[in-house]
Amino acid sequence: MVYPYIPHTDEDRKRMLEAIGVGSIEELYASLTEDLLLSDSVPISHGRTEDEVLRMITAIAQRNSTGIPFLGCGCYDHLVPSTVQTLASLPSFVTAYTPYQAEMSQGLLQASYEFQSMICEITGMDVSNASLYDGANSAAEAATIMIGSKRKSKAVLVSGTLHPFTLQVLHTWALGTGNEIRVLEEKNGVTDLKSLHSALTDEVAGLIVQTPNRYGLLEDFSTVAEQLHEKGCLFAISSDILSLAIQKSPAEWGADIAIGDTQALGLPLAFGGPSCGYMAVTKALMRKIPGRIVGATVDGQGRRGYTLTLQAREQHIKREKASSNVCSNQALAALMTTIHLSSLGWSGMVEAAQQSYVKAHYLAYHLAQLPGMTLVWDVPFWCEFPLRFSDSKKMRKFLQELRNEGIFAGVRLSSLTRETKDELVLLVAVTEKRSREELELYLAAARRVMK
Amino acid sequence: MSEPLLIDKSKKGRKAYCFPALDLPRGFEQALPELPSHLLRIKPARLPEVAELDVVRHFTKLSTLSFGVDNGPYPLGSCTMKYNPKLGEQIAQFPAFTTMHPLQDISTSQGCLSIMYNLLEDLSSITGMSWGSLQPCAGAHGEYVGLKMIRAYFLERGEVARNKVLVPISAHGTNPASAVMNGFDVVTVASNKEGLVDIEDLKSKLDGSVAALMLTNPNTLGLFEKDILEISASVHECGGLLYYDGANLNAIMGMATPGDMGFDVLHLNLHKTFSTPHGGGGPGSGPVMVNDTLRPFLPKPDIELTDGGYVYTWDRPLSIGKVSMFWGNFLVLLRAYVYILRMGSEGIKAAAAHAVLNANYLKSKLEKHFDVPYGGVCMHEFVISCENLKKEYGITAQDMAKGLIDEGYHPPTMYFPTLVSEALMFEPTESESIETLDAFADSLISLLERAKKDPAYLKGAPYSTPVGRLDEVRAIKEPDLHY
Ligand SMILES: Cc1ncc(COP(=O)(O)O)c(C=O)c1O
Repeated sequence: MVYPYIPHTDEDRKRMLEAIGVGSIEELYASLTEDLLLSDSVPISHGRTEDEVLRMITAIAQRNSTGIPFLGCGCYDHLVPSTVQTLASLPSFVTAYTPYQAEMSQGLLQASYEFQSMICEITGMDVSNASLYDGANSAAEAATIMIGSKRKSKAVLVSGTLHPFTLQVLHTWALGTGNEIRVLEEKNGVTDLKSLHSALTDEVAGLIVQTPNRYGLLEDFSTVAEQLHEKGCLFAISSDILSLAIQKSPAEWGADIAIGDTQALGLPLAFGGPSCGYMAVTKALMRKIPGRIVGATVDGQGRRGYTLTLQAREQHIKREKASSNVCSNQALAALMTTIHLSSLGWSGMVEAAQQSYVKAHYLAYHLAQLPGMTLVWDVPFWCEFPLRFSDSKKMRKFLQELRNEGIFAGVRLSSLTRETKDELVLLVAVTEKRSREELELYLAAARRVMK
Repeated sequence: MSEPLLIDKSKKGRKAYCFPALDLPRGFEQALPELPSHLLRIKPARLPEVAELDVVRHFTKLSTLSFGVDNGPYPLGSCTMKYNPKLGEQIAQFPAFTTMHPLQDISTSQGCLSIMYNLLEDLSSITGMSWGSLQPCAGAHGEYVGLKMIRAYFLERGEVARNKVLVPISAHGTNPASAVMNGFDVVTVASNKEGLVDIEDLKSKLDGSVAALMLTNPNTLGLFEKDILEISASVHECGGLLYYDGANLNAIMGMATPGDMGFDVLHLNLHKTFSTPHGGGGPGSGPVMVNDTLRPFLPKPDIELTDGGYVYTWDRPLSIGKVSMFWGNFLVLLRAYVYILRMGSEGIKAAAAHAVLNANYLKSKLEKHFDVPYGGVCMHEFVISCENLKKEYGITAQDMAKGLIDEGYHPPTMYFPTLVSEALMFEPTESESIETLDAFADSLISLLERAKKDPAYLKGAPYSTPVGRLDEVRAIKEPDLHY
């Protein structure tokens, strides 16, 4: 019998069983009692050839349709240099495990070191890890750091303008742990910071905010860090990392923890994953940050080399006393971001962010002229903005008609929050990748529907 | 042989990528007000300024300084470093998948949903569970989610006193760490002489404060917990639940199911058992699978097949909620699905059988020369101890591992499980041929002979790599974590 990906011939099997000293493979399963061994094959289909699988998947893929995406909400369609996919597909990157054996993994380790360096440069923070699962999980890890950093604390304050899914992941984080997520309400589309002072009770360990926030709006965190630090609380800012080319960095706002997603830097939409979470912290939190960290050191001959380091924080050493359970991370996705940033450089990153800003404003400006839709708030935004429709029938028609023209016009906020108050809000994202033609196509269709 | 940092090749003004010029109507950009200055970034970031070829050569060089399954044998125990089929890589680059936005209208993403739904069906069949969630991004994430469901289940039943999670001493470090993240206290269960769960010790710890037992089966010594039915019955009898760490499913898939063993919830490591590449540390995928007891607590949204096609269902009052940003590591799920399609029911069973055959074959060759503290038939992996070598010649497990690097192999897992001193854990997987296993065993045995005669030689290994053993203490004491 020949099986895919298994090299054994009948002759091999025979020789191996002889060497082991058993008569059959079944004998090797003797410790599984009769009632555990399946009498039948598991009820999945029979194997297929490569060609059969290709045909089948190709047919399934045809049930997907793609359009010109003006969709964002944490996942954006930016330009990506061809170097990224090509280099990130090199087999010694793709098929390697976590670089436990430093001497034979210098390439991967150095790539992680370069990733950490770029994250530190962009966020302005002192220490970055080598990646986390995604932006939402980075926020949950930040909450854990906060609770662990202030004695007797049990609550983490979060802004009501966090991405709805990040907020949901944080609520899950708190579930059944005795910790609490307390939401600072929003006002005019941004965090209502006036209520911050009174919210900072002794049980509160820190504050997590997001900018651009769930609506794409840019938040102003002047004086926030001072207020938090005065009460012994930590300050975490979550950002789409590309936005930091334009807006103040977490360090410049005085944050202790910078978190978010690097999807906007080199990762495909890929139906939302793999993405890549990042986290960078101040020096004071260096031994609290979760996940793998790569450091540079020297070998016996004084040659510079890289290795996984500060592992006394991690689960394989500390078990129940570890700062987090994270083991596998999103290394290959982090590598894609590293290649992307290496190709763009700072000027390229600024250009991508700046063009996204201008194009988003171009679309927003013209859409705001149309009857039946308005920009919800007069607050600065970057590449994504919220539109409010005057009625839901119109909104549905708008989305449908634009879809018919191959345009994915935006994300309905209520599809994330499941709240009726959000039903008329559409979030529209525009990146540097959207051409003038695509913008005009959108506008023309919008004018037709909304007239 | 080493490669400088790319930032050190930087030259002001050099570019590796150009953006198309902004082509909006003249004047629009000029008329557009700038963002308020207090929101603007102050300090530029220092990133490389290089040409495209510099980028290509840099990362190509770094790839040559890395080692994957495609480069050579990788018997890294507990990690199931089997071959990652190229078909999966090819399909994962189909634009019909890579250009899909996670929030586009569901009528336009039925292909993705059907893959996730069918994968869940297949994984349910393979594990003997009723359903699952694909959101967790890795094994440890799955553990966290599974234990969260256990937490929610007991909260729902008002059994708030169930605050303990039992974990065998041989368990992976993520198990206790995941328990603590959910607010549980960890109680360690002893192993018996055979390396299996000490049932008496377990029973003495079972009471109304126990929420769950976490178990890997086969365990991390590569041994099947043959009393699993008695174990699961005892835990259930005291009202607790059983968590299965699926990292070692490769030994038994298609042969037996965790469901039949009495487990209530488990995670899979698709990046191990289901052949998706590990990417130098990730992304993986760690689906959680549950039986009917825990099904209502699965993360949201669920995927259902209705007359109108696949839909997400959010209205699930007992759900623990969301656990990832979107729907999971979709491109990893896709590769695992391709693997299952390719292998089929007979193929996955054959994979398990040959993984076990290979491990036993390799063990039979090595046990004549090395100490295998928990002997007898193993499953897909086994553990040797270098304790005697250390006593007699000063040679440690690490020394043996480093010596293997020079022979062109990735070493086995070192110092895990902690139950075995100076442990080396071998998991050859089904992918390796008898010739490879023979050559590997010969290499290891001749290394051993050499070590006995000349211990200093192994102490200095590896010799063939761009750097030798690194000063780990310095890395910690004088952290150099970025350029
Ligand atoms: C037994 C066991 N459990 C859990 C894990 C954690 O899996 P992951 O790295 O995917 O988080 C591992 C990974 O090495 C493992 O070997």
